[in-house]
Amino acid sequence: MIRCNAITKRFGSFAALHGIDLHVRQGEFIALLGPSGSGKTTLLRIIAGLEFQDSGQVLFADEDVSKRNVADRHVGFVFQNYALFRHMNVAHNVAFGLSVRKGRDKPSRAAINERAEELLRLVQLEGLGARYPSQLSGGQRQRVALARALAIEPKLLLLDEPFGALDAKVRKDLRRWLRDLHKAMGLTSIFVTHDQEEALELADRVVVMNEGRIEQIGTPEEIYMNPATPFVSHFVGETNRVGQGGEELHFRPHDTALVSQGGEAVLVDNVFRKGGVWRIEGILQTQQILVEIDLDAASTPPSLGEIIQIRPRQFRSFNQAGAQIKGEPQ
Amino acid sequence: MSRETALRATSEGRLWQALLIGGALAFLGIFLALPLIAVFAEAFKTGLGAFVLAVQTPDALASIRLTLFIAAISVPLNMIFGIAASWAITKFEFSGKALLITLIDLPFSISPVVSGLIFVLLFGANGVVGPWLAAHDLKIIFAVPGIVLATLFITFPFVARELIPLMMEQGKSEEEAALSLGANGWQTFWYVTLPNIRWGLLYGVLLCNARAMGEFGAVSVVSGHIRGETNTMPLHVEILYNEYDFVGAFAVASLLALLALVTLVAKSVLEWRFDMNSGAGH
Amino acid sequence: MPGFGLTFGFTLSWLGLIVLIPLATILLKAAGMGWQEFVAVGLSPRAIASYRLSFGTAAAAGLVNAVLGLLVAWVLVRYRFPGKRVVSALVDLPFALPTAVAGIALTALYAPNGWIGQFLEPIGIKVAFTPIGIIIALIFVGLPFVVRSVEPVLADLGRDVEEAAATLGASRFQTFNRVIMPAIGPALLTGFALAFARGVGEYGSVIFISGNMPGRTEIAPLLIVTQLEQYDFNGATAIAVVMMLVSFTILLLINGIQAASRRRMGI
Repeated sequence: MIRCNAITKRFGSFAALHGIDLHVRQGEFIALLGPSGSGKTTLLRIIAGLEFQDSGQVLFADEDVSKRNVADRHVGFVFQNYALFRHMNVAHNVAFGLSVRKGRDKPSRAAINERAEELLRLVQLEGLGARYPSQLSGGQRQRVALARALAIEPKLLLLDEPFGALDAKVRKDLRRWLRDLHKAMGLTSIFVTHDQEEALELADRVVVMNEGRIEQIGTPEEIYMNPATPFVSHFVGETNRVGQGGEELHFRPHDTALVSQGGEAVLVDNVFRKGGVWRIEGILQTQQILVEIDLDAASTPPSLGEIIQIRPRQFRSFNQAGAQIKGEPQ
Repeated sequence: MSRETALRATSEGRLWQALLIGGALAFLGIFLALPLIAVFAEAFKTGLGAFVLAVQTPDALASIRLTLFIAAISVPLNMIFGIAASWAITKFEFSGKALLITLIDLPFSISPVVSGLIFVLLFGANGVVGPWLAAHDLKIIFAVPGIVLATLFITFPFVARELIPLMMEQGKSEEEAALSLGANGWQTFWYVTLPNIRWGLLYGVLLCNARAMGEFGAVSVVSGHIRGETNTMPLHVEILYNEYDFVGAFAVASLLALLALVTLVAKSVLEWRFDMNSGAGH
Repeated sequence: MPGFGLTFGFTLSWLGLIVLIPLATILLKAAGMGWQEFVAVGLSPRAIASYRLSFGTAAAAGLVNAVLGLLVAWVLVRYRFPGKRVVSALVDLPFALPTAVAGIALTALYAPNGWIGQFLEPIGIKVAFTPIGIIIALIFVGLPFVVRSVEPVLADLGRDVEEAAATLGASRFQTFNRVIMPAIGPALLTGFALAFARGVGEYGSVIFISGNMPGRTEIAPLLIVTQLEQYDFNGATAIAVVMMLVSFTILLLINGIQAASRRRMGI
């Protein structure tokens, strides 16, 4: 459905994207995940036509749209801070995309109003059409922005940090709701986020980006359980990193077991309850670095100052070039 | 960084940009730059000698002295007022604040001529206190005090207007911190507030000064146009012009235009410093 | 926080002394006139012609400034070009240049033998000593009010709002018309109102270029001065009061429109 071929983009002397290849299938829900400056928003904007790549192509259903401007690409775009038109009421905001159509394409006033009502119903804001954006809560504004984007009946929905400006509780509710909407409407959606939890929870596939490159594309399961690069391993989920003779050993706190002997010695520095587990912070004695270990909440945690022996149940090790090396637990 | 990229979905094409920039520059060139150039061109039309002669006549020199004198009195007074007013308005809560701000701005919306007229009605020979003044041999209208009063009225809001929004934005937490550390009111103002507002203050003073030296309408009404005594530079320009001494008129006018240019340069420098200061804060 | 008594007291006294008491005199004076006399002078045909001219030219100049000031603000905020700093500084020239200087300079430019006038004269356009000259002078003094009112709002208007309009299929023109204009409308109106108010009362820059023919190119402030020169204080007062009343009414009206639109948007 959407294909990006070798897309590069520079802003002055700053290279924002180096040769991005990405294929998004019909009906997929894709997350672009990465730290700020990783190029994820730039990629999203290039797909939308808000920014133009220096080289490479963007294809919608095998048609090259690289030169087509944003107004003709027909994509729904939800902006980070919603970008609602504050001098228009909610209904006019939603109807905007229909009312700027020209000639024969322009629906009648009644049809536009009806469609706006319908969309407001869809995003559960029925009856709020006469309000102005400043009179709505953050979550409501977000839904107006979504309804406005959906009004032009896009096949592709792009969302830039859609939940960034919302507080934690609202964010969680909206996430689930967006997921359902995506399915119900048969959309293809791409959203940008720096929040790994959001990406892993919502997306069919996650695209992890760093410094203008794609580090890994995979299902949440693959990304979490089998990170392809040290960056992904470190950025997604919590990871202990221990250097070992030119290699770097990565293991998750919850993949670590206490052993009675033959493990690595760790001096317990802090113990606290973290959700359903005990979180142990300790100093790995051989290297004097901090490691984090999760233990079953039902077990008795070690006491402060105690030296415990640990052993990763699962780990990945990477050489200096970042390539993964198969290995057995030591 | 994205500003550097020319091609964006929401910017006009290069041709449009060039057209719009060209249109704006043409308009500004004809309506603003050309009059300024004309002043200097007319002043030096018959050579430097004529210019020097024109600004060295006793009447011209007297008008320059008077203008400087008027500004030297009215600018500091309105500066002190501006600081006091913005301190009271931004550091305290009281009812009627909006009304007070409106009243401070009032001179802006009154015709300069009317501003002069009110002082004539108050202090003129037939005015409210005119007879009393005459009895005590005090002269305000058609004399220097009248010009000072009219200038004070006209330039009244300038400093306060710059400082109120600035001090409003800065809040009062820094002053409260200084007071909690044992500073007294004057120390707090001198060491904390003043350094924070100095550029804004200077900016206001600059504009206040430009207006004080350049005011025409109000001063014209109260001055009486006595050569060598109550003629400020703008009034002297008018007299010379009406006497068809164009070189003389434009020569004195060019001094005022120079003042305007200095004001603009100083203003730009201050704005630049403003930007730097606020940039460093982020 | 110390200093309230001192600063507030000083503020009120100075305000009273320099602004309020002198202003009160004119109202007192007007109230002292008989109604008939007030109307006879304040609404005489000559006075009415001067109001019409002053308000009409101020409105015309305000409109021109609203359009061209918006263009200047747009160019200064949106585009980069060499010499932008100088251009931006130049916009403030009318604030810094004494009005009398502007007046004689404009007259020199637009007189029939002036730099600009010599080109307009042959094609039958007379500027100096006509209402057009007055409008040109008022465009000069009013321009910075519009530019400086619109500039910050335009700079503040997020790109994302325009981008949103574009993603929804709006053309550049539609975006400007339906998204940008309504957003900067209030600021534009403020700029217009300030330029208009300044234009109505303007004296120094106008009297040289206007020619001052009673009933034709005599602006209201000049009529006040004329009355004063003839020691007709009642006449001057009546005209001043009518001018102030009309000005304040118009400004209140504009403020009202803005307050209403702000309330509507809930800002």
